[in-house]
Formats: sequence, structure tokens, C-alpha cells
Amino acid sequence: MHGRVKVKSTAQQEEEKRKGREKKLKVYLTVRDAIFSKRSNGELDEEALQFTQQLLSSNPDFATLWNYRREILLHLETVKEEDEIQKLYEAELFFIETCLKMNPKSYGSWHHRGWVSSRLPRPDWARELSLCDRCLSLDDRNFHCWDYRRLVVKASGVPVDQELQFTDRLIGSNFSNYSSWHYRSTLLPLLHPEPGSEPASPCRKQNNTHTSPTASPQTHSHRVCEEQLLKEYELVQNAFFTDPNDQSAWFYYRWLLGRAEREELISCVYVSREGERVAVAFSKPVNALTEGLMLVLDGQQQQRVEWRSAHPRFRHSPVWLCELPPGSVSDINNEHNLTVHWMEKHTHRDCALYTGRPESWCRDSATDQELFRSELSVEKTSVLQSELQSCTQLLELEPQNKWCLLTIVLLMRALDPLGHEKETLAHFQTLKEVDPMRSSYYSDLCSKFMIENTILKMEYAEVRVFSLSDKNLSTLCHLDQLLLVTHINLSSNQLVRFPPQFSMLQCLEVLEADDNAIGNLEGLYHLPKLEEVSLKNNQISKLSDLEPLASCPRLTRLDLRGNPVTKTANIEAELAQLLPSVTDLLL
Amino acid sequence: MRGKDFYKGGVGCECRFKAETQRRNSVFLHVQAGVKWWCVSGYNPAVEDPPSVKWPGLTESVIAAACSRVGQRVLHLDRRNYYAGNWASFTLNGLLSWIEEYKKSPDDQTDVEQEWREKIEEGEEVLTLNSVDSTISNLEVFTYASEEPEEEEEVKATSVGTQNSSGPDDTTPDKDDDEEHQHQEPENEQTPETQEEPENEPQPEPVPEVKKKITYAKLIKEGRRFNIDLVSKLLYSRGLLVDLLIKSNVSRYAEFKNLSRILTCRNGKIEQVPCSRADVFGSKQLSMVEKRMLMKFLTFCLDFEQHPEEFQDFSQKPFWDYLRSRSLTENLQHFVFSSIAMVDQETLTEEGLRATQHFLRCLGRYGNTPFLFPLYGLGEIPQCFCRMCAVFGGIYCLRHSVQCLVNMVKAVIDTHGQRISCSHLVVEDGYIRDEQRTRSRFSERCIYYNFSPCMQISLVTVPPLDSSSPAVRMVELSSSSMTCMPGTYLVHLTCSSVGSAREDLEPVISKLFYVPSSPGEEPAPGCEEEQKPVTLWIMFFNMRDSSGLDPSCYTLPTNVHVCTGPDASLGNDYSITLAESVFRQLLPDEEFCPPAPNPEDIIYDGDGTQTEGAAFQEAGDALGTSAAGEEEEEEPQENDQSEESSEPAASSESAAQDSTNESEVPETPPTLE
Repeated sequence: MHGRVKVKSTAQQEEEKRKGREKKLKVYLTVRDAIFSKRSNGELDEEALQFTQQLLSSNPDFATLWNYRREILLHLETVKEEDEIQKLYEAELFFIETCLKMNPKSYGSWHHRGWVSSRLPRPDWARELSLCDRCLSLDDRNFHCWDYRRLVVKASGVPVDQELQFTDRLIGSNFSNYSSWHYRSTLLPLLHPEPGSEPASPCRKQNNTHTSPTASPQTHSHRVCEEQLLKEYELVQNAFFTDPNDQSAWFYYRWLLGRAEREELISCVYVSREGERVAVAFSKPVNALTEGLMLVLDGQQQQRVEWRSAHPRFRHSPVWLCELPPGSVSDINNEHNLTVHWMEKHTHRDCALYTGRPESWCRDSATDQELFRSELSVEKTSVLQSELQSCTQLLELEPQNKWCLLTIVLLMRALDPLGHEKETLAHFQTLKEVDPMRSSYYSDLCSKFMIENTILKMEYAEVRVFSLSDKNLSTLCHLDQLLLVTHINLSSNQLVRFPPQFSMLQCLEVLEADDNAIGNLEGLYHLPKLEEVSLKNNQISKLSDLEPLASCPRLTRLDLRGNPVTKTANIEAELAQLLPSVTDLLL
Repeated sequence: MRGKDFYKGGVGCECRFKAETQRRNSVFLHVQAGVKWWCVSGYNPAVEDPPSVKWPGLTESVIAAACSRVGQRVLHLDRRNYYAGNWASFTLNGLLSWIEEYKKSPDDQTDVEQEWREKIEEGEEVLTLNSVDSTISNLEVFTYASEEPEEEEEVKATSVGTQNSSGPDDTTPDKDDDEEHQHQEPENEQTPETQEEPENEPQPEPVPEVKKKITYAKLIKEGRRFNIDLVSKLLYSRGLLVDLLIKSNVSRYAEFKNLSRILTCRNGKIEQVPCSRADVFGSKQLSMVEKRMLMKFLTFCLDFEQHPEEFQDFSQKPFWDYLRSRSLTENLQHFVFSSIAMVDQETLTEEGLRATQHFLRCLGRYGNTPFLFPLYGLGEIPQCFCRMCAVFGGIYCLRHSVQCLVNMVKAVIDTHGQRISCSHLVVEDGYIRDEQRTRSRFSERCIYYNFSPCMQISLVTVPPLDSSSPAVRMVELSSSSMTCMPGTYLVHLTCSSVGSAREDLEPVISKLFYVPSSPGEEPAPGCEEEQKPVTLWIMFFNMRDSSGLDPSCYTLPTNVHVCTGPDASLGNDYSITLAESVFRQLLPDEEFCPPAPNPEDIIYDGDGTQTEGAAFQEAGDALGTSAAGEEEEEEPQENDQSEESSEPAASSESAAQDSTNESEVPETPPTLE
């Protein structure tokens, strides 16, 4: 048609492009070969720098070339004046910048930049910091840049509050950013430490008389002062009220609520006269063999005792056992004083074994330890209460939001685990419905809470009987807290195994676990007092599954009715051979 | 833009314009012999006015660019002495000339009629076009900037504008106000710091940081820094105009800035409207629960079509009623209604939802607000399309207009009595005589500037102050938008008219701004007024909005296509839709604004292959040298990932190349010599 502009066809353009690409490839390969031959000849000259620069500027992910450059630069450092070196490295930084424009997430470029910055005789950290600012404003999730920023901040001593403002800015523009939230979590304890942990805190507490409503034995090494904490709660609530499905805010919130770390201490010392045995429980799993554990019996240090963990599978365990020298405590008319020292942590616990008593223990009760609140910190109750209110408000608007539901459950646990038990169970039910992908996770978590509640109830009742039947338990935990339990009933749950930790139940005499799906008895290992085991209607199918029971010396009664293993030929004879102590066998 | 100075220089210089027109006249006839058809627009044929050229309005220029792009011959005629009709941008001085011109009453036009009557062939019918631009009315101007001399000479040079600026007031009933404006005493009330140095008056340039009083003389002196639009619109970042700018490659002719915030006036307070996710998160005025409610509602609006059950009960009811039925606080209802959907009380639910959805979809494309604003003012946009039109051969006939149409439009007769044949005529609504139009409505505008400290481009929605007054839309432009001098703000207020512009807008102005009772006066320290921005200058006018007119209400020949002037809405979709529909009528089988080819892909007749070959050779040489290891031209082939990542870089490079090549494109439309 007349008057129209004629343009090249796409085929023409494609052909031109193809030819251009072919030429470029040819050049690229030539230069690459030249570089490799230079390197193998050990040439560390400026020409090689030029060649590598040429290739890296189009392909910054060629790690070998960066290595070669570093070799050359290190060599040049030895032959040049400082000013020249400064110039050389500054040029290098400039070059890396062009590479980063090519690929802002190039591992090689960022690493090389860190290396160059550290070699630079007179580094310009302000410039580096502004480079990070720029990169992060383009992509606030570039973790390479976050890493480099930390390096720069560390090297140049950027004030913490300035960095905190930086995270403010990034979170303000887009709060779906784990990096920013995480960076905050490392900065806040430095800037606003909790007064208790650091006396010279810039942040004053309003009410000094009520700093800690419960004399909790927990330490707060990574904690933030309350004033700042309240501000953070508000900030993060703004985020999850704006978008309750954004998990980064929820994770930060969880961190804010639950940074309490339990103090490391010996929570229980148990001594059995008859077994001539000592069991020690710690607040967290330890390796007693390396922690300097020392046993003093009646003022005498027991050098030769051998500590072993409750189950050989554990190198770290919250419960450690040792056999006392034969005859040392066996006389029932004697009174003994026992002290366990934990040298590493400068702590110890005493235990007196009085005349006429077959056993004795000394321990912290789970109730006065507020043991199970460690999920969330022991903030002022009023603070947690108002957080719970906020979340409940959100839940009214978003009844299906799993993050909200879960956080409410955690807050309820921290406030009053027994009082909120019913609501907690209801919330777990909702959680499983709205988030079926994670229903097993919720089941396990719910089991954990149920066990905690049962332990609390048991403590309040001051009994050694643990009964948790028909509660949909899917897993067992907190077994170190059951060290003193003599009777346990776990019937009608959904358990599939006794985990190795079950061997911590050193005082267990009677075990009922009917109507579960248990097929693995690994944890029924060396339970010195275990006499009766009822495992009706479970999934024990092989004789070998029962082998751990052979390590329980006092086992006399075993109920295996309704298990597949009972169908095995010659089962009775086999069992008699495997478990000779069992006299009362029900199949 | 480079084209800027070209027209700025011309404005207000009437004698030269007249002389030039005379000269151009003969040339014009000569060229139009081969013209296939015509696009006449933005024309206003009052002969007495300085004969002038203007870029056509947005719709006309889009049609012209689209036609020219697909190879049609286009002739643009314009009569005004500024560009883009009611879409124009003016410098301050240009605007003052425009005001002058407006005030001149167009009188005798009959003698020329005889002239063109002779051109009519026998049996041909004639349709006369409107000679008076009736789209603007109720123009009033007030000056509040101190009129004390900054430099003696400056004042002399601009005294005419100053004196006349309050002229139109004489007819208004508010005599009291006028007295105050006209009989002001020379103001000596100054800020303490200026009083301390009274002899230092003739300072060359005010440093923006120092709060220095801006005098009227200063405004005039810096007048060229202003680009004052007659219409106030913003570009929705996913609106039809932006899509068209991108699709047609016209975007390369203009630069844009993202609107930085959206504000609303509620209970007398200016508040930021939380519209994006980041805004809602950062908002201090919303409670947590409100944040959730708002986000929930907005999320729903994003795909409201998927949830008909949520709104079908209200499908025949107003959006406002629907909002009130939702779980939203009063605060939020207000935000959604007046600042996000920006609809009125009568708007039905589905339309309101659609408006909200459009707003939300525009978020995040170029930033945290849904709007773009062209640097140097909205008048840039029609100009860009004109440039495109010129690049593909459109002819611009400056300072020229048409008096009448001949017989189902096979020709038009221009203001100089010449007859020009054409096959189609596209004309702006302003030229159609009232007899040919059945109804119309008005919107009105007020332009206005003041100073205030921050550097933002903001949209402020002001809901009706009482039940009878209209909702007002305010666009606040800082000097970063290249529409006003540093230290000042250009504020456009727009609303649908109830009374005159001044009656409708004055209450809002007095609420939000400090209006000195006499020029140069400053608010008493400590009083509430001190917090408000100070007004320097105000212009009120009503502009006709004929966008609501149906094409069928014009009794015109079928090959005359009427483009309405600017519509009252904030976006530009109306004009673009209209342009496309006119284009479809003109050329049903052609593509509307296909992308302009890259300059390097254009094959020139005759030497086309040769140039291409030469260029190729050159490229080959460049690669040849790099093969020797001296250039850095390689592209890795062994690493797929890096090749991929190098792809966007390459394309941006070619884009940069485009923009440099752009300078080869004729800067101004080809002249007719």
C-alpha cells in the first residue's frame, strides 16, 4: 500500500539476531580458551585481568574466573604500591557493580565484592552501604545483598538504630519480607535489651516492682525490653491484620512472644535404694559425659560412677542414669545425702535418702516452673491477655485463618493451659479442617498440649499415675517429666510407637496402652521396675518387635491379645524363650 | 520536552502570529491537492481571534495518529493560539494571554461570509460552524500574591496582566470581596526574617528551603516554569490511555511520574487514603480491625465477579447503600466511596465495584498508587500523538481554521475562504453550533496555586460539604512534576457544576487553604490559618463537558465525526474509547495504533538495503575487533541461566537506543514549505 512505512520482517530480524549470537559465541569461546591457557601457564598479569573481565561482564557466574582474578590480584598486591592497589581494587568494585547489574543474584560477584572490600586499603563503607540500599530497594528479598549488608555493617560499625530504621523502611514498603523481620530480631535485643539481662539498658521499665510477676527460673538472653516489645507487637499486628495470610509477620510475632529460653539446671535427682541407681533429669538434653557431671555421696565424690543416657540412641538426653557402687545405699537403716554437681553450669542439686525409704527424689514441680509456658514467654499476664484479645478479634473477622488460630492456641497455653483446654481442642479441630495438609502436625501439637495438661493435673493431684486415654494422642513427648510415674494409661489413642524417650520412665511399673496402633516398642528398654504391660488390640506383628521387652527384668505380665503377632506359629514357645520372666501371658 | 520551548515562545505574541498566517496561507492550498481525507479538529473559527494553531484535543490527536500510522493522509487544522484545545497546558504568561483572549468578545464575522459563499458550487449545501468557543464560561481570576515589587522592571513588564486579572469580577455579586482585592494597601506585613533585611529585596533566585514570600512579580518572572493544564486528569496505570501509549510506542515521547499519595478531606482534616497493602499496613488512622475489614473488602472487589452472591441483592441499588450494608466502619465507607471508587451517590453497586476493581488493578504497576502524571502537564499527551501522526506523514496546518462544511462534507472552507476537499471530518464538539446539539452539561474547574513544603504529587478527594454542594477532586502538583516553579504548588480543583465555578469551589478553598484578605497578607501567627497553605493566585472557570452526548444527538453529515472535549472523570478512558470507535468508523479494517517500528527496522525506499548492509558490515567489524580480545561484546552460550538473565539487559539496551534514535524523528511537524 502506498505511503506505508516498510519494516523488516520478523524472519529478517531473527536471522540477524542469530548471526549476531553466533559471532558472540565464537569470541566468547576464544577468550575462554585463552584464559585457561594463561592460567595453566601461571601467568598472573593485567592482560589476564582484562580477559576475565571481558567474560565475566557477560557471564558473572563463571566461578573459576573469579578465582583466577583473586589469584592475580593477590599477586599484584605484592608488586604494587598501596595507592596503585587502592586504585586497582576500586576499579574492581566498579567492575563488580556492572556484573551485579547483569545478574543481581550472582553468587560469584557478591562473594568477590566481599573479598575485595576486605582487601581494600582504604575502604569506602558508606558507598558500599548505599549500594546495598539501592540493591535492596530494587529487590528487597535479595539475600546475597542482605548478607553483604551485614558484612558491611559489621566492618564499618553502622549504628544499630540506623539499621533498625532501615528495616522500618523496608517493612513499610513491603512487609512480606522474612529478611527484614529477621534482621529486626537480631537488632532489637542489642538496641533495647531487657533491663534484667543488661543493667545499662537505655530502655527503662515503667513499673519496677512488677517486672516479673512470677519468679520464673527462665533466663531471657535474647529478650527485648517491654516498652519496645509493645511497639513491636503493634507493628506486627498491623501486618497480620492487613494480610493475615502472610506468614512472615506471624513468624516474627511468634518470635516476639516466645523468645524465653529455659534456664539450664538440674530439674530432678532420683535415687533408688533397691536398684542402687541414680537418675538425673536436666532442663534440656545434655551430654553428661562432656558436661562435667559429678556425683557426691555422703560427702564423697564418686569418681568411678559411669553415666549413661536413658537409651543408647541418645548422646544428648535430658535424663542420665548411673549405677551406684554395690552396697553403698542398700542398707535401709542408713540415711544418705546425695549431691549432683553440673560443673559446666555451676549448678547442683541435693537429694536426701531417708531411713526406711526405698527411694527418694528432689525436683522442681512442673507447676511452679511454669514449664510448659516456654513456648511463649512469661510476659506480664496483662500483655498476653491483650494480645489474645487482638487475635480473637481477628479471628472473628477471619474464622478460617490458620495462623490466627494457632497463635490463639499458643497464647491460651501461655495464659492458662488448663482453663482454656476446651477452646484449645476446638481450635485444633478447626485447624485440621481448614488446613488438612498439616493435620498431622496439628495432631502432634495437640497431643503435646494434652500431655502437658495431664502432667499439670497429675502434679496438682500429687500422684504418680499418668492417665491419658481416649484423647486422640498421636505422639508422646515430655517423657522426661514422667521420670517418677509408676502407672501410665495410654489406651484408646492413635499411638504407633513407644519412642526411645519412653525409656526415661525409670519408675514405671504398670503400662496400659490398649487399642492403639502400636507396632514399635523401642522405648520399652531397660525399665527396671516394669511389671505389667497391656497392649491389647495393637499392631505388633513380628516377634522381633517384642525384643526390647527382654531388657525389662521385672516384666511378669504381658497382654498381647488382638495383635497380629499372636497368629504367629509357635508363638508361645518363642515368647517363653524371649521373655523368660513373663509368667502371665495373654494371647 | 524539547517541543516545549517552541510553543512557549509563540504564545502571547499576537502580531507575529498574524503576519505568519498570512504568509502560510498560500502554501497551504498548494499542499492539500493530494490529500485523501481530512481530520479537522480543535478548531474555533472566530476570525477576530489571533489566528492560531493548536494541537488538537486528546481524542482527535489519537485518531489522527492512528490514521496516519496506517498510511492515511491527515491534515490537522487549528485556530487557537495554543495547543490541544481544552486539553492545553499553558505557561503562566501563556495563561494570562489566554484569559485576555477569552475576555475579548468575538464580534463581526459576517464580511468573510461573502468571501466563502463564492466557493460554494451550485447545489451544494452549507453547514456553518460555530465561531465562538462556548466551552469556557464564568472565568474569574484573583491574585493573592504580594504585589510589591521584587524588581522594578519586572512589575512594569507584567502590569497589564495584574490589573486585568480581577476584571471579570465586576459582574459578580460579591462586591465586598472585590473591594478588598482591588483596594488593597501595599502590604508591609512580612515575616520577621524578611523584615530584618528590607534592603536585600532583589535576590536572584529564592532558595526553596528559606521560606520567602513569593511575590506576583516573581510568579510572572518564573512564569515559564509553569505548565498549567486546563483539564485536570491523571492516567490510570492500567487505563486505556497507558495501554495505548505502550502499544503504539508513543510512550517514548513522554515521561511520567507516579502519583505519590492519595488524600481525602474528612471532617475538615486531610488524611491519607490507605489504598495499597503497604498503605494499609502503615496507616496510623485505621484501627487493626479496620485494616482487616478494608483489606477484606478490597480483596473481594478485586474479583467481585466471582462472588455474585455477595452483591446481587444490591444490583439495582446504589453503591453507597451497598457499602453501608457491608461490615465497614464509616471511615472505611468514606475511603472506598469517595477516594477509591470515586463515584457519586447515584452510582449503582456493580459500577461502583468495577470502579474499585479498576483502581486496585492499577496499583503496583508503577508504584504504590494507581496513577501516573505526565511531566510538563497533561497537554503533553495530545502532543505526543501529534508527533506520531507527523512522523507518519500527518500535516499540521497552524493558525488556520474552518468556517463551514460543504455538502455531506466533501470539502470544508477555511477561515481564509479556501476550499479544501476531504473525505471525512473529525471535529471537536466546541465547533458544532448549538442548533446541532441537543443537550450538554458542565463541569467546572479551578486552578490555583500556593506554597507548601513537601514534594509530592497528590490526589485529594473532598466529599460534598453539604447535601447541595458537589464532591471536589483536587490534584496537587509539586514542582517535581515540572508544572510549577520550585517553592510553589499547582492545585487543580474539579467538580461537576452546581452554580458557577467560584460558587461551588470557594467553600472548599477557604476550608483547606489560607486565602489572604488582601494580596500578600499572611495569616496571624498562632492562629489555625497559619497551618494552611497560602494562596497566591486563583482562576475559576466552568468548562463544558459534552462527553455525555450520544453521537445521535448531532444532526450532522455521516462523515463528520464529533469528538467531545475533555470529560469530567479522572481517567482518560472515555477519550480513548471514543477515538477508537471513531477510527473504527473511518477505517473498519485497519488496526488501531499498531506499534511504531523501531527506527532500525525501517526500510527506506531506494537506499534501504544499502544502509542495512552498511550497518551490518559495521556490526561485523565491531565483532571482529572484539574477537581479538579488545572489546567486551561476548555473550555466554554455555550457561543457559546467564544467557537468560542477559536477555532483559539486551532489550533495555535496545530501548535506550530507541530513545536516542528518537532525536532523528522530526521534532516539530513538517512545515509546509
